[in-house]
Amino acid sequence: MDLLARARDSDIWYSFKRSPVTIVAAAVTAVIMLSALFAPWVAPHNPFDLASIDLMDASIPPVWMAEGDARFLLGTDDQGRGILSTIIHGSRISLGVGFAAVVFSLFFGVGLGLVSGYVGGRTDAVIMRVADIQLSFPAILLALLVDGVARGVLPRDTHDELAIYVLIFSIGISGWVQYARTVRGSTMVEKNKEYVQAARVIGRPTIIIMLRHVLPNVMGPVLVIATIHLALAIITEATLSFLGVGLPPTEPSLGTLINVGQDFLFSGEWWIALFPGAVLAILVLAVNLLGDWLRDALNPKLR
Amino acid sequence: MFAFIIRRLLQSVLVMLTVALIAFALFRFVGDPINNLVGQDTTLQDRQQLRETLGLNDSVVVQYWRYVVNTARGDFGFSYIHRRPVKTMLLEKMPATLELSIISVILALFIGVPMGVYTALRRDGFLAKIFMSVSLIGISLPTFLIGILLILLFGVILRWLPTFGRGEVVALGSWTTGLLTVSGLKALIMPSITLALFQMTLIMRLVRSEMLEVLRTDYIKFARARGLSNRAVNFGHALKNTLVPVITITGLQLGSVIAFAIITEQVFQWPGMGRMFIEAVADVDIPVMAAYLCLIALFFVVINLIVDLLYYAVDPRLRVDRGAGGGHG
Repeated sequence: MDLLARARDSDIWYSFKRSPVTIVAAAVTAVIMLSALFAPWVAPHNPFDLASIDLMDASIPPVWMAEGDARFLLGTDDQGRGILSTIIHGSRISLGVGFAAVVFSLFFGVGLGLVSGYVGGRTDAVIMRVADIQLSFPAILLALLVDGVARGVLPRDTHDELAIYVLIFSIGISGWVQYARTVRGSTMVEKNKEYVQAARVIGRPTIIIMLRHVLPNVMGPVLVIATIHLALAIITEATLSFLGVGLPPTEPSLGTLINVGQDFLFSGEWWIALFPGAVLAILVLAVNLLGDWLRDALNPKLR
Repeated sequence: MFAFIIRRLLQSVLVMLTVALIAFALFRFVGDPINNLVGQDTTLQDRQQLRETLGLNDSVVVQYWRYVVNTARGDFGFSYIHRRPVKTMLLEKMPATLELSIISVILALFIGVPMGVYTALRRDGFLAKIFMSVSLIGISLPTFLIGILLILLFGVILRWLPTFGRGEVVALGSWTTGLLTVSGLKALIMPSITLALFQMTLIMRLVRSEMLEVLRTDYIKFARARGLSNRAVNFGHALKNTLVPVITITGLQLGSVIAFAIITEQVFQWPGMGRMFIEAVADVDIPVMAAYLCLIALFFVVINLIVDLLYYAVDPRLRVDRGAGGGHG
């Protein structure tokens, strides 16, 4: 109860209450995330259960159109899978990959930033040079490259099974620089403060000082970066899957669904690509709005 | 000045050598180059022979150096899939990508800057608010989705524009251009808008915030006090001073436009380098991947270098040494 009261009293809650856009964005994000999390129970059909799919149901338009079918709210694709169900399962995969990639980048980037800022010297110079070089390439290019290499190194038959991990790694590795730069900057400020010196004087090991003393004090901005990065990671995943080098059609994310649906645009079955696209856009927009709000709310200078 | 240029040049060379190292490692260690070049019925002896002639038995350092020298000459070896020199493949596809990218940047500039100026001058206007909201949506919509929406609207429903390819192209020497035929120009409309949209929103927001900043300064107030017309103040004084960062950012973005062209080219089946790269990734055609990587890196490095040097020439404050971190301003 005490924690709840404190939360209700905080500045963040206050600015949250005062911003209707943020409340809507949070609600939309929550709805999409929860339905993705509980996809097997929320989705009206199981698109991966071959027994429940009937080719007779193929290419039915959404329910409000003349040939619509009440069982399929948003229509069906060419194999008779309900679009709504594939979207819910697809957003589960998209969000899963997005979160995993963000966590990967976060650990990698924060770790390197902490070491770079605290140790300094040559280690710092090397890490930051690598970061500079990487930053001059767009993330999508790097992710594509990692994916291509993985295809070359892994045997063909295992590639599809491992596609999701390759994807998480390639998106994660292309996003660590932002975290590292931010954490490095604040670490360099923190390490000269008295509490760190005190910890050093009483003889705590360097690694403990870094993790227990410095780390909690540099994590604030990391949260904001992570939120905005989540939106970016979801877009990158969707783009890679759309380009056909991400997830295979057997495990469709939102991007894969759009890629598959694109072929049907020309035959008039627009709903196969458009609805997953709309969900993707709404999800990314909502997460971006949340990130923007969080950045402003946590930055006392802007108040 | 001289020391600055030398330092920046050395940095650029270092970056290129690093990228070449990555490209070389890709080429040499991902899969066996020999297996990728010859069929299964080649005898072991022939393989050894080929290994020797290609110099794959030399030390890695020697091989790396040879790779750097070859790359600098534009020799990227043979594609594993198409059995053709990568160089000719790149040269064939380059005009398509460059035309698309350059037209997009021009579009982004000529629409983005006026929109930015407008939203800054009419901050609370209805239209300005609409521009700002639309730009937020523009940032959130992935490139490929914008392309698909355009195809659906103008290609499938209205049937105004072609949805794939470059249309008719005219060859000018080794350069093929779609700018001289009607079908080529029509084919260019949707891809270039798709590619330009993100840059456009970026430029619009940048111009807006820079303008707002400049409009608050004393020399603008003074210009108004002197009784100059709004037009002279807004465009002669304010806009002029916002354009330096805009040009810098646009220059730096040119590289990412070329990279983002990968997505646009795939959506519209535009026969450029980006599509070639995607195909290479899907087929594990390492020499093509490595060549594309080196080429994009070269674009980035050269653009960065030019922008840095221009900045140095334009802004005298930078001539006071700020230490080694010259950076991107």
